[in-house]
Amino acid sequence: MSLKMWSLKKSVWVFHVNVGACNNCDIEVVNMLTPKYDVERFGIKLVGSPRHADALLVTGVGTHQAVIRLREVYRQTAKPCVVFLIGACACGTGIFKGGYHVAGPVDEIIREVDPDAIIAYVPGCPPKPEAMISGVVKVLSAL
Amino acid sequence: MNILFWIIIVPGILVLGLVASWIVRKVSALVQWRVGPPLFQPAYDVMKLMGKEILIPQDAQRTVFLTAPLVGLAGTLLLSLMLWRITVAQTAFVGDIIVAIYLMVLPSLALILGSSASASPHASIGTGREMKLVMGYELPLVLAFVVVVIKTAGSVGPGEQLSLAAIAQQTPAFSISGMLAFLAALLCVQAKLGFVPFDIAEAETELGSGVLMEYSGALLAAWKLMHALMLVALPFFLVMVFLGGFHATLPPAELGIPVVIAALMVFAGTRLLAARSKFMDVLSLLIFIGLCVWLGLGKYVLILVLLILIKNTNPRLRIDQAMKFFWVYCGIALVAAIILASIGYYYDIHWL
Repeated sequence: MSLKMWSLKKSVWVFHVNVGACNNCDIEVVNMLTPKYDVERFGIKLVGSPRHADALLVTGVGTHQAVIRLREVYRQTAKPCVVFLIGACACGTGIFKGGYHVAGPVDEIIREVDPDAIIAYVPGCPPKPEAMISGVVKVLSAL
Repeated sequence: MNILFWIIIVPGILVLGLVASWIVRKVSALVQWRVGPPLFQPAYDVMKLMGKEILIPQDAQRTVFLTAPLVGLAGTLLLSLMLWRITVAQTAFVGDIIVAIYLMVLPSLALILGSSASASPHASIGTGREMKLVMGYELPLVLAFVVVVIKTAGSVGPGEQLSLAAIAQQTPAFSISGMLAFLAALLCVQAKLGFVPFDIAEAETELGSGVLMEYSGALLAAWKLMHALMLVALPFFLVMVFLGGFHATLPPAELGIPVVIAALMVFAGTRLLAARSKFMDVLSLLIFIGLCVWLGLGKYVLILVLLILIKNTNPRLRIDQAMKFFWVYCGIALVAAIILASIGYYYDIHWL
Protein backbone atom coordinates (compact mmCIF):
# COMPACT_ATOMS: atom_id res chain seq x y z
CA MET A 1 0.00 0.00 0.00
CA SER A 2 1.40 3.36 -0.96
CA LEU A 3 1.95 6.15 1.53
CA LYS A 4 -0.49 8.24 -0.49
CA MET A 5 -3.43 5.91 0.06
CA TRP A 6 -2.46 5.18 3.66
CA SER A 7 -2.54 8.86 4.60
CA LEU A 8 -5.76 9.32 2.59
CA LYS A 9 -7.42 6.71 4.81
CA LYS A 10 -6.25 8.49 7.93
CA SER A 11 -7.73 11.84 6.93
CA VAL A 12 -10.87 11.93 4.80
CA TRP A 13 -12.29 15.38 4.09
CA VAL A 14 -15.80 15.20 2.72
CA PHE A 15 -17.78 17.53 0.48
CA HIS A 16 -21.54 17.22 0.34
CA VAL A 17 -23.22 17.32 -3.10
CA ASN A 18 -27.00 17.32 -3.42
CA VAL A 19 -28.17 16.34 -6.90
CA GLY A 20 -31.91 16.42 -6.33
CA ALA A 21 -32.47 14.71 -2.99
CA CYS A 22 -35.62 15.17 -0.92
CA ASN A 23 -33.42 16.53 1.93
CA ASN A 24 -33.86 13.44 4.07
CA CYS A 25 -30.42 12.02 3.28
CA ASP A 26 -28.91 15.49 3.69
CA ILE A 27 -30.27 15.74 7.22
CA GLU A 28 -28.77 12.33 8.01
CA VAL A 29 -25.42 13.36 6.50
CA VAL A 30 -25.38 16.45 8.69
CA ASN A 31 -26.44 14.26 11.61
CA MET A 32 -23.38 12.07 11.01
CA LEU A 33 -21.14 15.12 11.41
CA THR A 34 -22.59 16.18 14.78
CA PRO A 35 -20.76 15.76 18.12
CA LYS A 36 -22.85 12.66 18.89
CA TYR A 37 -21.07 10.56 16.26
CA ASP A 38 -17.87 12.66 16.33
CA VAL A 39 -16.33 11.49 13.05
CA GLU A 40 -13.36 13.81 13.61
CA ARG A 41 -11.99 10.90 15.70
CA PHE A 42 -11.26 9.20 12.35
CA GLY A 43 -10.03 12.36 10.68
CA ILE A 44 -13.28 12.91 8.78
CA LYS A 45 -14.06 16.60 8.33
CA LEU A 46 -16.61 18.56 6.30
CA VAL A 47 -14.98 21.06 3.93
CA GLY A 48 -16.52 23.84 1.89
CA SER A 49 -14.77 23.37 -1.43
CA PRO A 50 -14.47 20.30 -3.70
CA ARG A 51 -10.80 21.19 -4.26
CA HIS A 52 -10.09 20.30 -0.63
CA ALA A 53 -12.23 17.14 -0.67
CA ASP A 54 -11.16 13.50 -0.63
CA ALA A 55 -14.70 12.13 -0.68
CA LEU A 56 -17.88 13.37 -2.30
CA LEU A 57 -21.08 12.52 -0.44
CA VAL A 58 -23.64 12.49 -3.26
CA THR A 59 -27.32 12.44 -2.31
CA GLY A 60 -30.30 12.49 -4.67
CA VAL A 61 -31.50 10.99 -7.88
CA GLY A 62 -29.48 13.04 -10.38
CA THR A 63 -31.85 15.42 -12.14
CA HIS A 64 -31.15 16.92 -15.57
CA GLN A 65 -30.39 20.30 -13.98
CA ALA A 66 -28.08 18.88 -11.33
CA VAL A 67 -25.94 16.36 -13.23
CA ILE A 68 -24.17 19.14 -15.19
CA ARG A 69 -22.99 20.53 -11.84
CA LEU A 70 -22.17 17.05 -10.54
CA ARG A 71 -19.82 16.39 -13.49
CA GLU A 72 -18.15 19.75 -12.90
CA VAL A 73 -17.77 19.13 -9.17
CA TYR A 74 -16.26 15.71 -9.84
CA ARG A 75 -13.75 17.22 -12.30
CA GLN A 76 -12.80 19.90 -9.77
CA THR A 77 -12.15 17.42 -6.96
CA ALA A 78 -8.46 16.73 -6.41
CA LYS A 79 -7.68 13.08 -7.18
CA PRO A 80 -7.40 10.50 -5.65
CA CYS A 81 -10.94 10.77 -4.34
CA VAL A 82 -13.80 8.46 -3.38
CA VAL A 83 -17.47 8.99 -4.28
CA PHE A 84 -20.07 7.91 -1.76
CA LEU A 85 -23.61 7.51 -3.06
CA ILE A 86 -25.84 8.05 -0.04
CA GLY A 87 -29.40 6.73 -0.05
CA ALA A 88 -31.62 4.66 -2.34
CA CYS A 89 -32.05 7.44 -4.95
CA ALA A 90 -28.34 7.97 -5.48
CA CYS A 91 -27.64 4.22 -5.50
CA GLY A 92 -30.09 3.43 -8.31
CA THR A 93 -32.69 6.21 -8.72
CA GLY A 94 -35.04 4.40 -6.28
CA ILE A 95 -38.76 5.13 -6.67
CA PHE A 96 -38.03 7.78 -9.31
CA LYS A 97 -36.77 5.18 -11.83
CA GLY A 98 -37.84 6.24 -15.33
CA GLY A 99 -39.07 9.66 -14.16
CA TYR A 100 -39.08 12.49 -16.70
CA HIS A 101 -36.64 14.54 -14.64
CA VAL A 102 -34.15 11.75 -13.99
CA ALA A 103 -30.91 11.90 -15.98
CA GLY A 104 -29.85 8.43 -14.97
CA PRO A 105 -28.24 6.68 -12.04
CA VAL A 106 -25.56 8.85 -10.48
CA ASP A 107 -22.85 6.18 -10.74
CA GLU A 108 -23.22 6.02 -14.55
CA ILE A 109 -22.92 9.80 -14.78
CA ILE A 110 -19.71 9.78 -12.77
CA ARG A 111 -18.32 6.85 -14.83
CA GLU A 112 -18.91 8.93 -17.99
CA VAL A 113 -16.49 11.52 -16.60
CA ASP A 114 -13.98 9.08 -15.13
CA PRO A 115 -14.30 5.33 -15.88
CA ASP A 116 -11.89 4.49 -13.01
CA ALA A 117 -13.79 6.37 -10.30
CA ILE A 118 -13.97 4.72 -6.89
CA ILE A 119 -17.69 4.56 -6.10
CA ALA A 120 -19.25 3.27 -2.87
CA TYR A 121 -22.95 2.68 -2.26
CA VAL A 122 -24.74 3.27 1.05
CA PRO A 123 -28.39 2.23 0.52
CA GLY A 124 -31.30 3.20 2.75
CA CYS A 125 -34.13 5.69 2.69
CA PRO A 126 -32.51 7.52 4.42
CA PRO A 127 -29.46 5.52 5.61
CA LYS A 128 -28.65 5.81 9.30
CA PRO A 129 -25.46 7.64 10.29
CA GLU A 130 -24.17 4.29 11.60
CA ALA A 131 -24.69 2.80 8.12
CA MET A 132 -22.74 5.66 6.54
CA ILE A 133 -19.85 5.31 8.99
CA SER A 134 -19.83 1.56 8.36
CA GLY A 135 -19.77 2.22 4.60
CA VAL A 136 -16.82 4.58 4.97
CA VAL A 137 -14.95 2.00 7.06
CA LYS A 138 -15.62 -0.78 4.52
CA VAL A 139 -14.44 1.33 1.58
CA LEU A 140 -11.32 2.51 3.37
CA SER A 141 -10.36 -1.03 4.37
CA ALA A 142 -10.92 -2.22 0.78
CA LEU A 143 -8.68 0.46 -0.78
CA MET B 1 26.07 19.99 19.74
CA ASN B 2 25.46 23.56 18.72
CA ILE B 3 25.35 22.74 15.00
CA LEU B 4 23.05 19.79 15.66
CA PHE B 5 20.74 22.15 17.54
CA TRP B 6 20.47 24.52 14.58
CA ILE B 7 19.89 21.58 12.21
CA ILE B 8 16.98 20.11 14.17
CA ILE B 9 15.36 23.46 14.94
CA VAL B 10 13.40 23.84 11.66
CA PRO B 11 11.71 20.42 11.79
CA GLY B 12 11.32 21.04 15.52
CA ILE B 13 9.34 24.22 14.91
CA LEU B 14 7.19 22.43 12.32
CA VAL B 15 6.47 19.59 14.77
CA LEU B 16 5.61 22.13 17.48
CA GLY B 17 3.23 23.84 15.04
CA LEU B 18 1.48 20.57 14.21
CA VAL B 19 1.15 19.75 17.93
CA ALA B 20 -0.30 23.24 18.52
CA SER B 21 -2.90 22.76 15.78
CA TRP B 22 -3.76 19.37 17.33
CA ILE B 23 -4.24 21.14 20.70
CA VAL B 24 -6.61 23.60 18.99
CA ARG B 25 -8.72 20.81 17.53
CA LYS B 26 -8.63 18.66 20.67
CA VAL B 27 -9.60 21.47 23.05
CA SER B 28 -12.38 22.56 20.66
CA ALA B 29 -13.62 18.96 20.68
CA LEU B 30 -13.54 18.85 24.49
CA VAL B 31 -15.51 22.12 24.65
CA GLN B 32 -18.11 20.54 22.36
CA TRP B 33 -18.20 17.37 24.51
CA ARG B 34 -16.52 15.18 21.85
CA VAL B 35 -13.44 12.95 21.84
CA GLY B 36 -11.62 14.76 19.05
CA PRO B 37 -8.88 13.78 16.63
CA PRO B 38 -5.79 11.70 17.49
CA LEU B 39 -2.42 13.37 18.14
CA PHE B 40 -1.04 12.72 14.66
CA GLN B 41 -4.13 14.03 12.82
CA PRO B 42 -2.55 17.32 11.60
CA ALA B 43 0.47 15.35 10.37
CA TYR B 44 -1.81 12.89 8.52
CA ASP B 45 -3.66 15.82 6.95
CA VAL B 46 -0.45 17.40 5.66
CA MET B 47 0.87 14.03 4.40
CA LYS B 48 -2.37 13.35 2.56
CA LEU B 49 -2.47 16.81 0.99
CA MET B 50 1.12 16.32 -0.24
CA GLY B 51 -0.01 13.23 -2.16
CA LYS B 52 -3.03 14.87 -3.81
CA GLU B 53 -3.39 16.39 -7.23
CA ILE B 54 -2.67 20.14 -7.60
CA LEU B 55 -5.43 21.81 -9.57
CA ILE B 56 -4.81 25.26 -11.04
CA PRO B 57 -7.86 27.21 -12.24
CA GLN B 58 -7.84 28.04 -15.95
CA ASP B 59 -8.04 31.81 -15.47
CA ALA B 60 -5.66 31.98 -12.52
CA GLN B 61 -2.49 34.06 -12.56
CA ARG B 62 -0.25 31.00 -12.32
CA THR B 63 2.99 32.49 -10.96
CA VAL B 64 1.36 34.37 -8.10
CA PHE B 65 -1.03 31.50 -7.40
CA LEU B 66 1.86 29.05 -7.05
CA THR B 67 4.35 31.23 -5.15
CA ALA B 68 1.99 32.90 -2.63
CA PRO B 69 1.76 29.89 -0.23
CA LEU B 70 5.55 29.54 -0.27
CA VAL B 71 6.03 33.25 0.47
CA GLY B 72 3.62 32.99 3.40
CA LEU B 73 5.29 29.83 4.71
CA ALA B 74 8.76 31.34 4.37
CA GLY B 75 7.72 34.51 6.19
CA THR B 76 6.24 32.62 9.13
CA LEU B 77 9.22 30.28 9.30
CA LEU B 78 11.56 33.28 9.38
CA LEU B 79 9.50 34.86 12.17
CA SER B 80 9.54 31.69 14.28
CA LEU B 81 13.28 31.24 13.71
CA MET B 82 13.90 34.83 14.80
CA LEU B 83 11.85 34.36 17.97
CA TRP B 84 13.64 31.08 18.74
CA ARG B 85 17.00 32.70 18.20
CA ILE B 86 16.18 35.48 20.63
CA THR B 87 14.77 33.02 23.19
CA VAL B 88 17.29 30.20 23.05
CA ALA B 89 20.52 31.69 21.74
CA GLN B 90 19.94 35.09 23.38
CA THR B 91 21.18 36.84 20.26
CA ALA B 92 19.21 39.83 19.04
CA PHE B 93 19.61 43.08 17.18
CA VAL B 94 18.15 46.52 17.89
CA GLY B 95 14.87 47.09 16.09
CA ASP B 96 13.96 43.40 15.78
CA ILE B 97 10.46 44.17 17.07
CA ILE B 98 9.87 46.20 13.88
CA VAL B 99 11.17 43.34 11.70
CA ALA B 100 8.83 41.00 13.57
CA ILE B 101 5.85 43.30 12.93
CA TYR B 102 6.70 43.32 9.21
CA LEU B 103 7.10 39.53 9.11
CA MET B 104 3.74 39.12 10.85
CA VAL B 105 1.98 40.91 7.98
CA LEU B 106 3.56 38.61 5.40
CA PRO B 107 1.14 35.64 5.84
CA SER B 108 -1.93 37.86 5.41
CA LEU B 109 -0.31 39.56 2.43
CA ALA B 110 0.47 36.19 0.84
CA LEU B 111 -3.10 35.07 1.48
CA ILE B 112 -4.45 38.21 -0.22
CA LEU B 113 -2.11 37.75 -3.22
CA GLY B 114 -2.80 34.04 -3.60
CA SER B 115 -6.56 34.27 -3.35
CA SER B 116 -6.85 37.28 -5.66
CA ALA B 117 -4.75 35.38 -8.23
CA SER B 118 -7.06 32.36 -8.12
CA ALA B 119 -9.84 33.85 -10.29
CA SER B 120 -12.71 32.66 -8.12
CA PRO B 121 -15.65 34.86 -7.10
CA HIS B 122 -15.79 33.33 -3.63
CA ALA B 123 -12.06 33.85 -3.16
CA SER B 124 -12.30 37.46 -4.33
CA ILE B 125 -14.95 38.24 -1.69
CA GLY B 126 -12.63 36.58 0.81
CA THR B 127 -9.73 38.71 -0.44
CA GLY B 128 -11.68 41.93 0.08
CA ARG B 129 -12.61 40.90 3.60
CA GLU B 130 -9.05 39.85 4.44
CA MET B 131 -7.75 43.24 3.23
CA LYS B 132 -10.25 45.12 5.39
CA LEU B 133 -9.43 42.90 8.34
CA VAL B 134 -5.69 43.55 7.94
CA MET B 135 -6.35 47.29 7.86
CA GLY B 136 -8.53 46.87 10.93
CA TYR B 137 -6.15 45.03 13.22
CA GLU B 138 -2.74 46.36 12.18
CA LEU B 139 -3.27 49.78 13.80
CA PRO B 140 -4.34 48.46 17.25
CA LEU B 141 -1.51 45.90 17.17
CA VAL B 142 1.14 48.56 16.53
CA LEU B 143 -0.45 50.85 19.17
CA ALA B 144 -0.29 47.98 21.67
CA PHE B 145 3.44 47.60 20.98
CA VAL B 146 3.86 51.37 21.40
CA VAL B 147 2.36 51.02 24.88
CA VAL B 148 4.92 48.31 25.67
CA VAL B 149 7.79 50.44 24.37
CA ILE B 150 6.68 53.35 26.58
CA LYS B 151 6.21 51.07 29.61
CA THR B 152 9.64 49.48 29.29
CA ALA B 153 11.51 52.61 28.16
CA GLY B 154 12.74 53.39 31.65
CA SER B 155 13.89 49.89 32.51
CA VAL B 156 15.90 48.79 29.45
CA GLY B 157 19.31 50.11 28.51
CA PRO B 158 19.76 53.14 26.24
CA GLY B 159 19.33 52.35 22.55
CA GLU B 160 17.55 49.07 23.36
CA GLN B 161 13.98 50.36 23.50
CA LEU B 162 13.10 48.52 20.28
CA SER B 163 14.99 45.32 21.05
CA LEU B 164 12.77 42.31 21.68
CA ALA B 165 15.40 40.57 23.82
CA ALA B 166 15.51 43.57 26.19
CA ILE B 167 11.72 43.95 26.28
CA ALA B 168 11.33 40.22 27.00
CA GLN B 169 13.07 40.76 30.37
CA GLN B 170 10.17 42.99 31.51
CA THR B 171 6.52 42.13 32.24
CA PRO B 172 4.48 45.13 31.08
CA ALA B 173 1.21 43.15 31.37
CA PHE B 174 1.26 43.63 35.17
CA SER B 175 -0.05 47.21 34.96
CA ILE B 176 -3.29 48.87 33.90
CA SER B 177 -2.07 50.15 30.54
CA GLY B 178 -0.06 47.00 29.86
CA MET B 179 -3.08 44.77 30.56
CA LEU B 180 -5.28 46.86 28.22
CA ALA B 181 -2.64 46.60 25.51
CA PHE B 182 -2.25 42.84 26.09
CA LEU B 183 -5.98 42.20 25.74
CA ALA B 184 -6.18 44.26 22.54
CA ALA B 185 -3.12 42.50 21.10
CA LEU B 186 -4.62 39.10 22.02
CA LEU B 187 -7.73 39.91 19.97
CA CYS B 188 -5.55 41.16 17.09
CA VAL B 189 -3.70 37.84 17.16
CA GLN B 190 -7.08 36.08 17.12
CA ALA B 191 -7.87 37.97 13.90
CA LYS B 192 -4.40 37.27 12.45
CA LEU B 193 -4.92 33.54 13.01
CA GLY B 194 -8.37 33.74 11.41
CA PHE B 195 -10.05 32.26 14.48
CA VAL B 196 -13.77 32.38 14.90
CA PRO B 197 -15.04 35.81 15.80
CA PHE B 198 -12.76 37.04 12.99
CA ASP B 199 -12.79 34.13 10.51
CA ILE B 200 -14.62 36.48 8.14
CA ALA B 201 -12.27 35.86 5.21
CA GLU B 202 -12.55 32.07 5.40
CA ALA B 203 -16.20 31.83 6.45
CA GLU B 204 -16.70 28.08 5.87
CA THR B 205 -20.48 28.27 5.76
CA GLU B 206 -21.02 31.21 3.40
CA LEU B 207 -17.90 31.45 1.21
CA GLY B 208 -16.90 27.80 1.00
CA SER B 209 -13.44 28.41 2.36
CA GLY B 210 -13.11 31.95 1.00
CA VAL B 211 -9.46 32.79 0.46
CA LEU B 212 -8.32 29.15 0.31
CA MET B 213 -11.16 28.03 -1.97
CA GLU B 214 -9.14 27.17 -5.10
CA TYR B 215 -6.09 25.67 -3.42
CA SER B 216 -5.57 21.93 -3.43
CA GLY B 217 -2.87 19.35 -2.80
CA ALA B 218 0.62 20.44 -1.79
CA LEU B 219 -0.25 24.16 -2.03
CA LEU B 220 -3.06 23.71 0.50
CA ALA B 221 -0.60 21.76 2.67
CA ALA B 222 1.71 24.80 2.56
CA TRP B 223 -1.15 27.01 3.77
CA LYS B 224 -1.96 24.54 6.55
CA LEU B 225 1.70 24.42 7.64
CA MET B 226 1.81 28.23 7.57
CA HIS B 227 -1.21 28.36 9.84
CA ALA B 228 0.33 25.76 12.16
CA LEU B 229 3.52 27.82 12.37
CA MET B 230 1.55 30.99 13.10
CA LEU B 231 -0.02 29.13 16.02
CA VAL B 232 3.49 28.88 17.47
CA ALA B 233 4.98 32.21 16.43
CA LEU B 234 2.20 34.66 17.31
CA PRO B 235 1.51 33.48 20.91
CA PHE B 236 5.33 33.26 21.39
CA PHE B 237 5.58 36.87 20.28
CA LEU B 238 2.84 37.91 22.74
CA VAL B 239 4.61 36.06 25.57
CA MET B 240 7.88 37.79 24.77
CA VAL B 241 6.41 41.27 24.43
CA PHE B 242 3.87 41.28 27.27
CA LEU B 243 4.50 38.43 29.69
CA GLY B 244 8.24 38.58 30.24
CA GLY B 245 9.37 35.95 27.75
CA PHE B 246 10.76 32.52 28.52
CA HIS B 247 13.54 33.68 30.82
CA ALA B 248 14.13 30.18 32.11
CA THR B 249 15.13 29.35 28.50
CA LEU B 250 16.32 25.77 28.15
CA PRO B 251 17.38 23.91 31.28
CA PRO B 252 21.00 22.75 31.40
CA ALA B 253 21.34 19.61 29.32
CA GLU B 254 22.63 17.37 32.10
CA LEU B 255 19.47 18.15 34.11
CA GLY B 256 16.87 18.60 31.39
CA ILE B 257 17.46 15.60 29.16
CA PRO B 258 17.04 12.92 31.90
CA VAL B 259 13.80 14.59 33.04
CA VAL B 260 12.41 14.68 29.48
CA ILE B 261 13.40 11.05 28.90
CA ALA B 262 11.85 10.01 32.22
CA ALA B 263 8.59 11.79 31.39
CA LEU B 264 8.46 10.23 27.93
CA MET B 265 9.23 6.76 29.32
CA VAL B 266 6.53 7.00 31.95
CA PHE B 267 4.05 8.28 29.37
CA ALA B 268 4.94 5.63 26.76
CA GLY B 269 5.04 2.91 29.39
CA THR B 270 1.51 3.59 30.58
CA ARG B 271 0.28 3.58 26.98
CA LEU B 272 2.21 0.55 25.68
CA LEU B 273 1.63 -1.79 28.59
CA ALA B 274 -2.02 -0.72 28.69
CA ALA B 275 -1.45 -0.38 32.41
CA ARG B 276 -3.80 2.56 32.73
CA SER B 277 -3.22 3.05 36.42
CA LYS B 278 -4.42 6.40 37.74
CA PHE B 279 -1.15 6.87 39.64
CA MET B 280 1.07 6.60 36.54
CA ASP B 281 -1.21 8.91 34.54
CA VAL B 282 -1.15 11.51 37.27
CA LEU B 283 2.62 11.13 37.63
CA SER B 284 3.30 11.66 33.91
CA LEU B 285 0.87 14.60 33.88
CA LEU B 286 2.66 16.17 36.85
CA ILE B 287 6.06 15.73 35.20
CA PHE B 288 4.69 17.28 32.01
CA ILE B 289 3.21 20.26 33.88
CA GLY B 290 6.44 20.70 35.82
CA LEU B 291 8.38 20.71 32.57
CA CYS B 292 6.02 23.32 31.09
CA VAL B 293 6.40 25.61 34.10
CA TRP B 294 10.16 25.13 34.13
CA LEU B 295 10.55 26.02 30.48
CA GLY B 296 8.15 28.94 30.78
CA LEU B 297 5.96 27.14 28.26
CA GLY B 298 3.03 27.54 30.63
CA LYS B 299 2.57 31.12 29.41
CA TYR B 300 2.40 29.91 25.82
CA VAL B 301 -0.16 27.24 26.68
CA LEU B 302 -2.18 29.84 28.63
CA ILE B 303 -2.38 32.16 25.61
CA LEU B 304 -3.19 29.28 23.25
CA VAL B 305 -6.04 28.06 25.48
CA LEU B 306 -7.38 31.64 25.82
CA LEU B 307 -7.44 31.93 22.01
CA ILE B 308 -9.20 28.56 21.67
CA LEU B 309 -11.83 29.43 24.28
CA ILE B 310 -12.58 32.77 22.57
CA LYS B 311 -12.81 30.81 19.31
CA ASN B 312 -15.30 28.32 20.69
CA THR B 313 -17.62 30.66 22.55
CA ASN B 314 -18.26 33.34 19.94
CA PRO B 315 -20.20 33.65 16.70
CA ARG B 316 -18.62 35.14 13.58
CA LEU B 317 -18.73 38.93 13.25
CA ARG B 318 -19.60 40.79 10.06
CA ILE B 319 -16.68 42.64 8.49
CA ASP B 320 -18.09 46.09 9.41
CA GLN B 321 -18.59 44.98 13.02
CA ALA B 322 -15.00 43.73 13.13
CA MET B 323 -13.66 47.01 11.69
CA LYS B 324 -15.70 49.01 14.20
CA PHE B 325 -14.48 46.78 17.02
CA PHE B 326 -10.81 47.25 16.13
CA TRP B 327 -10.84 50.92 15.21
CA VAL B 328 -13.35 52.35 17.69
CA TYR B 329 -13.28 50.13 20.80
CA CYS B 330 -9.70 48.84 20.64
CA GLY B 331 -8.52 52.24 19.39
CA ILE B 332 -10.07 54.14 22.33
CA ALA B 333 -8.79 51.58 24.84
CA LEU B 334 -5.27 51.79 23.40
CA VAL B 335 -5.18 55.60 23.27
CA ALA B 336 -6.20 55.55 26.95
CA ALA B 337 -3.47 52.99 27.60
CA ILE B 338 -0.85 55.14 25.86
CA ILE B 339 -1.88 58.20 27.93
CA LEU B 340 -1.79 56.14 31.15
CA ALA B 341 1.59 54.66 30.25
CA SER B 342 3.01 58.13 29.46
CA ILE B 343 1.74 59.53 32.77
CA GLY B 344 3.14 56.49 34.57
CA TYR B 345 6.50 56.95 32.86
CA TYR B 346 6.64 60.69 33.55
CA TYR B 347 5.72 60.46 37.25
CA ASP B 348 7.41 57.07 37.72
CA ILE B 349 4.26 55.15 38.73
CA HIS B 350 4.83 51.52 37.74
CA TRP B 351 1.33 50.11 38.16
CA LEU B 352 -0.29 52.65 35.82
